[in-house]
Amino acid sequence: MSILVVAEHDNNAVNPATLKTLAAAKAIGGDIVVLVAGKDCAAVADELAKAEGVSKVLLADNAVYEHQLAENVSKLVADLGKDYSHVLAPATTTGKNFMPRVAALLDVAQISDIIAVESADTFKRPIYAGNAIATVQAEDAIKVITVRATAFDAVAGEGGSGSVEAIDAVFDNDKSEFVGEQLAESERPELTAAEIVISGGRGMQNGENFKLIEDIADKLGAAVGASRAAVDAGFVPNDMQVGQTGKIVAPQLYIAVGISGAIQHLAGMKDSKVIVAINKDEEAPIFQVADYGLVADLFEVLPELNEKL
Amino acid sequence: MKILVAVKRVIDYNVKVRVKPDQSDVDLANVKMALNPFCEIAVEEAVRLKEAGTADEVVVVSIGPKAVQEQLRTALALGADRAIQVETDDMPDSLSAAKILKGVVEREEPDMVILGKQSIDSDNNQTGQMLAALTDMPQGTFASKVEVTDGHVSVTREVDGGLQTVKLALPAVVTTDLRLNEPRYASLPNIMKAKRKPLETVSTDDLGVAVKRTVKLLKVESPAERSAGVKVADVDELVDKLKNEAKVL
Ligand SMILES: Cc1cc2nc3c(=O)[nH]c(=O)nc-3n(C[C@H](O)[C@H](O)[C@H](O)COP(=O)(O)OP(=O)(O)OC[C@H]3O[C@@H](n4cnc5c(N)ncnc54)[C@H](O)[C@@H]3O)c2cc1C
Ligand SMILES: Cc1cc2nc3c(=O)[nH]c(=O)nc-3n(C[C@H](O)[C@H](O)[C@H](O)COP(=O)(O)OP(=O)(O)OC[C@H]3O[C@@H](n4cnc5c(N)ncnc54)[C@H](O)[C@@H]3O)c2cc1C
Repeated sequence: MSILVVAEHDNNAVNPATLKTLAAAKAIGGDIVVLVAGKDCAAVADELAKAEGVSKVLLADNAVYEHQLAENVSKLVADLGKDYSHVLAPATTTGKNFMPRVAALLDVAQISDIIAVESADTFKRPIYAGNAIATVQAEDAIKVITVRATAFDAVAGEGGSGSVEAIDAVFDNDKSEFVGEQLAESERPELTAAEIVISGGRGMQNGENFKLIEDIADKLGAAVGASRAAVDAGFVPNDMQVGQTGKIVAPQLYIAVGISGAIQHLAGMKDSKVIVAINKDEEAPIFQVADYGLVADLFEVLPELNEKL
Repeated sequence: MKILVAVKRVIDYNVKVRVKPDQSDVDLANVKMALNPFCEIAVEEAVRLKEAGTADEVVVVSIGPKAVQEQLRTALALGADRAIQVETDDMPDSLSAAKILKGVVEREEPDMVILGKQSIDSDNNQTGQMLAALTDMPQGTFASKVEVTDGHVSVTREVDGGLQTVKLALPAVVTTDLRLNEPRYASLPNIMKAKRKPLETVSTDDLGVAVKRTVKLLKVESPAERSAGVKVADVDELVDKLKNEAKVL
């Protein structure tokens, strides 16, 4: 078996989801080759060559891959992927964008968002907002798979001794063009990789009140998340949404503040190790999954919590 | 400009599914079904483009058994002009769905195809991207803003790091995210009017597509249940438990 893992990175550093995807590759078993496609991203390739279990890194360094445009990256990955038994990428918005194109170009199915490897062709994946777990068997010769990073423990980033090989395949297109991006700047840890996440919901009432959460987050070194209702209402930006259709998190500690606990929200956080819920409604469904529940007004609790930590 | 919108019939988002005792699948008997919420957003966007004078026709398509006609009527009531049902006994897998949609695209020649970013049942998030690859169209996935200007569409996308904007030459594929719009409710007169709008049924043979399944569903289980923990009386007790019992602080 030979596995191609498509690395996620920002041309400077490896996204931790890549090391978790490598763990899924290791569980499948076989020779593991990593593809780093981007612009001026040789440092990323060097870093990944040291990751546990990587035999080789293919480096496609060209301006056409700078912004991971799906039209270009999918053609590159499909072209390389036809020589492998498995093609894997993290189920991030980047992976979700180009991988189904790869599957279609290879005329195979895609298995989305796997959470466990049963064997080289059988995987587990959540369906219906995580209310059921399907075991599926892929019969295609090439398995195209996206991996839910929170379900796997990262491989070691050091100690490996893979080689780096530059490849010069260039796939460009004249139909799509990158215009710009507005990326959230934050000193806090990345939501999906943080040890502690504290999220606010509609109960926060407005964006300014999120300061109450941010102060605690900064004390704990935590990331800040939100429910869809808080994002829709414009309290916080979209990249903070936790849930079925937002980000999946599984930190050591998840604190839900003013969040009712709709199934779509639970889908994104119920695999957290310890869950705390702060809500003034004792009937709120969030308490059914919380290890520790505090029935109280968040506007009284948060300042006190900040003080006592 | 003509817009094609693909809509899927799924379980209503308020319903929590149960797994069948024999673990063969989830139990969908007597469960409330609805238009996939992301598809509703897709229909709304197309109808708004028509109302703004940018589009002149909105065609909706759904693949599946006769029951999907119910969701097509819903889409017509929301403002689509006509509907196509591609009749299949079963739900095809995503790649087959994309191949069938490609067949519809070849017949209808739309300038834009709008799909939901994901179905809330399979949570697959792949059909739109597959359709784009098969038809060699550019794609703007997870859209929170769509702007059409002479022969192009600018799509603002919700990505993990924030927002990204791409410019695509038409025809293009767009998939919707939650913030793109807030779908309207169908009014009673529009629901009545929708009954008289054209709804055509075609077969996969008509489109020349063979449906295949290469992913076998072996088993469906309930996830590990979390049990409710304890209620704490105050902040002091909470901090104490987190430090000394859970040891996460
Ligand atoms: C297709 C689709 C996809 C979705 N995807 C997601 C998703 O990915 N993530 C997600 O989160 N949701 C998602 N949702 C939305 C989900 O169904 C809920 O609507 C949403 O999670 C509710 O957010 P909330 O808990 O903040 O708001 P509400 O349900 O309104 O709850 C607010 C809570 O705050 C409490 N509260 C209010 N004031 C106070 C106070 N002063 N002190 C303490 N508590 C207080 C209330 O008791 C209440 O329980 C999706 C929905 C659909 C249809
Ligand atoms: C629980 C479950 C288990 C399944 N197991 C298998 C399996 O083992 N093997 C297998 O091959 N298939 C299986 N399927 C079927 C398949 O995965 C999908 O249901 C469907 O065919 C393709 O849509 P999607 O959910 O992948 O779409 P997504 O890619 O998640 O949906 C994106 C968008 O595509 C469009 N779209 C999707 N489907 C249709 C449609 N029918 N008509 C019109 N537009 C559509 C909609 O705009 C939708 O918003 C299963 C489905 C479910 C619900």
